[in-house]
Amino acid sequence: MSEAHSTQPHPSLLQTSASDRYQRWRLVKDKIVARCVVAGGLSIIVAIVLIFFYLLYVVFPLLLPAHAESVGRYDAPEPGLGKTLFLAIEEQNEVAVRFTDTGKAVFFNVADGSTVGTEDLSIPQQVQITSFIHGSLDKGIVAYGLSDGRALVARQDYKQTYPGGKRLITPSLQYPLGKEPVVVDSKGQALTQLEVKLSDSNTTLLAKTADNRIVLASFSKKESLFDDEISLERSEAVLDTTGNDVDFMLLDKEQRDLYLANRQGDLSVFNVTDKSQPVIKHKLNVMNQGVQISSMEFLNGDLSVLVGDNNGVLSQWSMVRDEQNHFSVEKLRSFKVSDAPILAIAPEQRRKGILVADANGLIGIYNSTAERELIKEQAISGKPQALAISPRATAFLIQSEDGKIEHWTIENEHPEVSMSSLWQKVWYESYSKPEYIWQSSSASNDFEPKMSLVPLVFGTLKAAFYSMLVAIPLSLFGAIYTGYFMAPRIRQYVKPGIEIMGALPTVILGFLAGLWLAPFIEMNLTGIFALLMIVPLGVMIFAYFWQKAPKEIRHKIPEGWDALVLIPVIIFSGWLAFQLSPAIEALCFNGDLRTWMRSEFGIGYDQRNTLVVGLAMGFAVIPMIFSIAEDAIFSVPKHLTTGSLALGATPWQTMTKVVLLTASPGIFSAIMIGFGRAVGETMIVLMATGNTPVMDLSIFQGLRTLSANIAVEMPESEVNSTHYRVLFLAALVLFMFTFIVNTLAEVVRQNLRQKYSSL
Amino acid sequence: MIKAWFKSGSPWIWMTAGAVSINLILVTGLLTLIAVRGLGHFWPADIVEYRYQDRQDPESLIIGEEVDKSLLLAAQARAAGHELLDNGEYLVQYLVKTGNRDILGSDFRWIQEQYIHGKSTPEDLIAIERREWGNFYGRLLGVKENGTLIAQGEQAWAVAQEKLAKTLELHDEIDKLQDKGVGAINYNLERLRLKQRALELKNQWNETTHQEFIAQKLAYEQEYKVIQEQIGKLNKEIKSNSLLVSEAGQKEISIPLDRVVKLTRPNGMSWLDKSIEYVSNFVTFFLDEPREANTEGGIFPAIFGTVLMVLLMAVVVTPFGVIAAVYLREYAKQGFVTRVIRIAVNNLAGVPSIVYGVFGLGFFVYILGGSIDRLFYPEAAPSPVFGTPGLLWASLTLALLTLPVVIVATEEGLSRIPKSIREGSLALGATKAETLWRTVLPMASPAIMTGLILAVARAAGEVAPLMLVGVVKLAPTLPLDGNFPYLHLDRKFMHLGFHIYDVGFQSPNVEAARPLVYATSLLLVMVIVGLNMFAIAVRNNLREKYRALEN
Repeated sequence: MSEAHSTQPHPSLLQTSASDRYQRWRLVKDKIVARCVVAGGLSIIVAIVLIFFYLLYVVFPLLLPAHAESVGRYDAPEPGLGKTLFLAIEEQNEVAVRFTDTGKAVFFNVADGSTVGTEDLSIPQQVQITSFIHGSLDKGIVAYGLSDGRALVARQDYKQTYPGGKRLITPSLQYPLGKEPVVVDSKGQALTQLEVKLSDSNTTLLAKTADNRIVLASFSKKESLFDDEISLERSEAVLDTTGNDVDFMLLDKEQRDLYLANRQGDLSVFNVTDKSQPVIKHKLNVMNQGVQISSMEFLNGDLSVLVGDNNGVLSQWSMVRDEQNHFSVEKLRSFKVSDAPILAIAPEQRRKGILVADANGLIGIYNSTAERELIKEQAISGKPQALAISPRATAFLIQSEDGKIEHWTIENEHPEVSMSSLWQKVWYESYSKPEYIWQSSSASNDFEPKMSLVPLVFGTLKAAFYSMLVAIPLSLFGAIYTGYFMAPRIRQYVKPGIEIMGALPTVILGFLAGLWLAPFIEMNLTGIFALLMIVPLGVMIFAYFWQKAPKEIRHKIPEGWDALVLIPVIIFSGWLAFQLSPAIEALCFNGDLRTWMRSEFGIGYDQRNTLVVGLAMGFAVIPMIFSIAEDAIFSVPKHLTTGSLALGATPWQTMTKVVLLTASPGIFSAIMIGFGRAVGETMIVLMATGNTPVMDLSIFQGLRTLSANIAVEMPESEVNSTHYRVLFLAALVLFMFTFIVNTLAEVVRQNLRQKYSSL
Repeated sequence: MIKAWFKSGSPWIWMTAGAVSINLILVTGLLTLIAVRGLGHFWPADIVEYRYQDRQDPESLIIGEEVDKSLLLAAQARAAGHELLDNGEYLVQYLVKTGNRDILGSDFRWIQEQYIHGKSTPEDLIAIERREWGNFYGRLLGVKENGTLIAQGEQAWAVAQEKLAKTLELHDEIDKLQDKGVGAINYNLERLRLKQRALELKNQWNETTHQEFIAQKLAYEQEYKVIQEQIGKLNKEIKSNSLLVSEAGQKEISIPLDRVVKLTRPNGMSWLDKSIEYVSNFVTFFLDEPREANTEGGIFPAIFGTVLMVLLMAVVVTPFGVIAAVYLREYAKQGFVTRVIRIAVNNLAGVPSIVYGVFGLGFFVYILGGSIDRLFYPEAAPSPVFGTPGLLWASLTLALLTLPVVIVATEEGLSRIPKSIREGSLALGATKAETLWRTVLPMASPAIMTGLILAVARAAGEVAPLMLVGVVKLAPTLPLDGNFPYLHLDRKFMHLGFHIYDVGFQSPNVEAARPLVYATSLLLVMVIVGLNMFAIAVRNNLREKYRALEN
């Protein structure tokens, strides 16, 4: 339709009467306009591409591999103060500390290893240090076990001040139980192994003594009523380990579950809720024959135990409760790190990540939820002496046996996400089996984010499926009648009338579905199902008797007006269905369908369920499918249908054999577009379902769709966090899905249009 | 016989006809439902006094509006744990709006017909619409001024109305002072602070500017003091009167008059009175601010926000949509590129609206808005100006969303303009741009109008993306006010659709708010259906015109 050569104006009166400059200006203007219009037209493609790439741009960091590099290497500061027992880094990655075997704490600068300060834990003169343990890493607790059966508990404390606008970190040590060591073993035996956990009011110390007893000492703080003095109340118990040796002791931070293990892999779990009466809960062997445990540590949150063995395998074991409420310890997953024994495990403090080092100085970083190996690097050569990861998991320190400390930085933003954590069953901590779960909100740092998109995709497809079940028959049958049989005079009102449905805001449909339809269906469930039977039956019966009716009556209604005649029939049979439903209910379902379903089949009923969504969203999709399908049917060339009729086919035969076949691509694209709409619809599902991300095929249960999930969670998610990016991924999935569906539909439609124009 | 009938196919035709009928019934049923529920809300309902005695409690009086009635089948009722006195088929229950939330704890109560001993509508029952705690139903005993009774019995009603009118006037005055006076001063003080910070950042902050700012600040504070004094005086005056009323349990309560919005005696009203009341309720609904977490009062800010957002969107979407359509029809060679563009347009139309919201939040708000803040508003940091959801971003997001609507409608209009008209213009020596501007676009303008109207209708009803890019449940200020620069594109706003979602699903008192949601829905539906019908009419008119032109 556009002709490029027509932009050259022919000489005319206008041209001769105006100056050349004006003419040139006109031509320039013409060119500018042409350029602008072309740019504007192409900007549509730019817009759609921009949306796609922007979503991808936000999602992309999820796919980036983690990265670690060595940034410094220095001698352990103050070597004269003893060998390193333990390393730790504070929140800002500026100051680290090394606790030595002489009872000293050396604070040093992380970047260059220069000493910031030292502190003496003032171990009494006449006793020796016999053991050392760290408590909860995020609280910075450490404890020294002494040769006289006592232990000293200390806490690292980092004060931040801003003199002159610059951050200054002043490290120090605090003593939550007092500067004087507390008695753990009342018999005064040396403590060869130690474990400590501290809460605001309770401290539990666990020790293996020189004579192989396991002593549990608990201290609870008691505040005096009269003065501010705080006194410690102490209780002690001895654990029965039934002859098993104990090499590893772990007590969770709630001070309830105690894990004891020896090198051979015998793991026993005690319940120590009552500190004076520990009860054994479970016992098992976690190692294969001949394999030995080389290290053991809690994963962040203290719900599962990480076990490293001398074959270089790291495995995660967690306490699991089955349906009968039996506890057992199960292996959730394992990682093969190397062939050398795993000597050090340092869990991340905010996520379910793990840093491990083996006997050859190889380090690996893993994420338990995602089952991902993120980093594997040779950090040092030889055995690691100590290993520490920073609280934000952005750096780690590793000390080799020759006293050198290596400083590494880690870039590992989104370890929780992997193909398996998004799309496969994951065995989460404390769950009885691997499952698909979406539960992203985190109340604390210990929370294991469960970001399986499967329940959301399932919910999306389920809602779309049921709404299509409602929409397809109503809209296609409607389109067939309106497009082929209906009299033109009413068609011109009926078509826009139904199309107006599509203009109704979905928020209103959702509101009605949630607050009107859901309670209505709950009260009249039988009636709704009776409708499905009675209304078509009513129409059939009416039609049968109509054609038997005398001609005078029949001819009063012109051809193509049947739909209007049927309106009272349908209203009447609908009313009848609700009137009959109590009788049906009393006859077949003991009076109440919902109670009957629950007692007979165990089918639960949610008020806001898939049936409600199906009806409401079906209603929203009908006009879209109707409109496109009706266009396709209506524009089937008339000579085809008249030809068919002339050859003796009945109108219905013409309809099914000629019209529907010709228009089938259009109908297909109508259904596709309707489906795309149902998949992406947000407000209806948001309001008409309970938004519970369950995977349940029942039509009487709620669901949560991708779009509703975005609407619910996006406003609260932190920008650029993993959660934020996963929500963008959900949006990208929706975008891609509708893109494919719509493109397919549009291509089919364009081809159909060409076909019609050639017919 | 029946077999032959089935073979003829006519039952299937009837079935398809039935589908059309069902669709029509659904549409009209839905619209009627909204209309009836929405319109019914404003009708002053009778206040009923029940004598009620259920199994446990002694006989008591219940005063309230009958809101809903439910018929529960006997079997269902027993399953729900109710007891049926007579062996009827149904258990009849009424939902009564008893109001008096401050006394009873909730606004609504279900009562069973079988326990109702008597039902009457005495004329002296009053309904008081209050600023908090919902409605009050009861009887008026007297009017107090500064603690002393000035009227009681029969005169109380007239005196109360008179005092109420005065109190409402005072209330308006205080509101105006708060809004125009205090609000403006606070706004200016904040601007002053930002100006100071900007100067500091530019290192232009010195003693002279310092003095200048102090003087300005002082002036504002002075002004503030004066207004505060005025408000204090009015506040004292407004608090002087109160109503002495008794509730259903005969307890006497005093309600300060400044907490009262409206005092009515619906049982004593004639049809005419009720109609007048109905209209006035309607008007207040449109023009009032919402109260009590949006569950009462009007929806003016939501209407305002919706209209403003839609207008801004129209300003953005029209040029882009028209240019794209012109390109497709007038400039592009029909071929691969136009095919791809048409697919892109259809995809834009098919992308779920929530995805636009996500895109708008990430791209417009965080990237564009964040950059604007860094470049132009460094003084406001760390609080964002444009780097947070707001009116501008909402409009842009919706412009993107409605772009296909405008393109498709405009293209259709352009395709209907006969070729001869363009050829005529070109033959007379006009350039292509001139042809476009002088003949084609003016002829297509009704089609563009149609597209625009449809886009506006779509945008007005869209909620999902807005939840992410700028709509809030309660905006403290309108995005358009008397403070420079008058139109605040960075502000958050209220929206009718979101109002429905919020009040219907997130408010603490859904039952009480439900009629309001129906009324809001009705308004939204009327606007959208109206716009759509108008667009259809314009389009049909246009088609006729061009058909005439072609012949």
